[in-house]
Amino acid sequence: MSQSGLELLFQGQNLPRLLAGFGVTLRVAAVVLALGLSLGALLGALRTLPNRGLQVVLRGYLEIFRIVPTVVLLFVAYYLLPQLGGLNLSGEAVAVVTFTLWTAAEMSDIVRGALVAVPRHQVEAGAALGLTRAQQLRFILFPQAVPLALPGTINLATRVIKTTSLLLMISVMDLVNVGQTLVEANSHLHPTFAFWLYGALFIGYYLLCAPLSWWAKHIARQRKAVTND
Amino acid sequence: MKKMMQRLSFLAVLAALLLVAAGCGKSASTSTDTVAQIKKAGVIKIAVFGDLRPYGWIDQSGKRVGYDLTLARRIAKDLGVKAQFVQVNADGRVDALKAGKVDLVLANFTVTPERKQVVDFAEPYMKVSVGVVSKKTAPITKVSQLQGKAVIVTKGTTAEQYFTEKQKGVTLQKYDSKTQQFSALKSDRAAALADDNSYLYAWVKNNPTYTVGIKTLNGDGFFKQDYQQTLAPYFGQDIQAQDIIMGE
Repeated sequence: MSQSGLELLFQGQNLPRLLAGFGVTLRVAAVVLALGLSLGALLGALRTLPNRGLQVVLRGYLEIFRIVPTVVLLFVAYYLLPQLGGLNLSGEAVAVVTFTLWTAAEMSDIVRGALVAVPRHQVEAGAALGLTRAQQLRFILFPQAVPLALPGTINLATRVIKTTSLLLMISVMDLVNVGQTLVEANSHLHPTFAFWLYGALFIGYYLLCAPLSWWAKHIARQRKAVTND
Repeated sequence: MKKMMQRLSFLAVLAALLLVAAGCGKSASTSTDTVAQIKKAGVIKIAVFGDLRPYGWIDQSGKRVGYDLTLARRIAKDLGVKAQFVQVNADGRVDALKAGKVDLVLANFTVTPERKQVVDFAEPYMKVSVGVVSKKTAPITKVSQLQGKAVIVTKGTTAEQYFTEKQKGVTLQKYDSKTQQFSALKSDRAAALADDNSYLYAWVKNNPTYTVGIKTLNGDGFFKQDYQQTLAPYFGQDIQAQDIIMGE
């Protein structure tokens, strides 16, 4: 066997399978982020309202999803719920629902934090100028809260993408799961294969996460340009 | 009877299970498919390993192959249905059945009394027991050598159960998948790795610097002794103990 571990990566169906795993990871992450961040933003806004009962419920929801490890949530949703007479969903559906609820919980705290961080007098000054409540939100609260929430949101998004590697626990053929089956099938042909494969996984996750940081930097720069005017 | 059960446990193994045993609570909602339902659906869902060469793995063309997979396809063919494979790790095998995610597990699934209480095993199709693999330069040949040392196991396996219950002086390093446990051994995370001897034999062939120093842990060698004392004198030299006795 004179071939190198790198060449093995391109043999047979190895690369197409790795790309298919990349596709699964991308699909799950994209759906989860779209749903989770929107739901989280809404819940975060609700958490700034002065309704006590609502606060207790939302706070409880946040704490549960923040404290219980994601892998436990996945196991409960995938293996235990069907046994308790609940829904019996596919692995990917379970992943989307569980991760969305987790992402939304974390996002709600980021958004709440950003909203309360905008000084009260800013909104009050708007009210004094005769702006309606909607106008206060649109022109005063949101433009100042969004830049505050952005770093935390990007951080959360990259965490969500990387945590999708847990999906191998519930039979979803994601990037890491495909990678591991490739290592077991090929590493005897070339001992350095695992090194190249994990290198490929590194590139895969980098491609998923890096655009988010670039985008965040871009937005931050735009904001700066606007406020400097 | 208890002795008998214990014997059965390390006795041959691996099996198929079609039904969640009655008496483990109401399971009507998680209705595991009966053979009739499977035939009607035209598909049988089978849980297999994806990273355990040569039992269940994926070849370069992307096809699932291995000893368990060949059996799986044969079962599907005999039933006249299509086989649909669900890749699992060791600790997901019981729950995958209980939750109705699969109809059958063909993933080196050793028959144990505890597992029998929740799943229904078919006839065993392989002999297996827990073995220990270690470096040839520092071979582990007796369990006593492991006292105070670290041993690698996969979660949800008979090896994990054996060391947790019977060898409390051994520190366990538990991993989720076969890939992880073998990588850990190769990077010297522990003195040895314990798992079914059936795949340790295959693994050392590809990793010749390692040896299966202990081939059978959980058998007490009773039947082999019994054979040597009572039967061997009556057989010729060309008959070995393993031709006659089960397991061990």
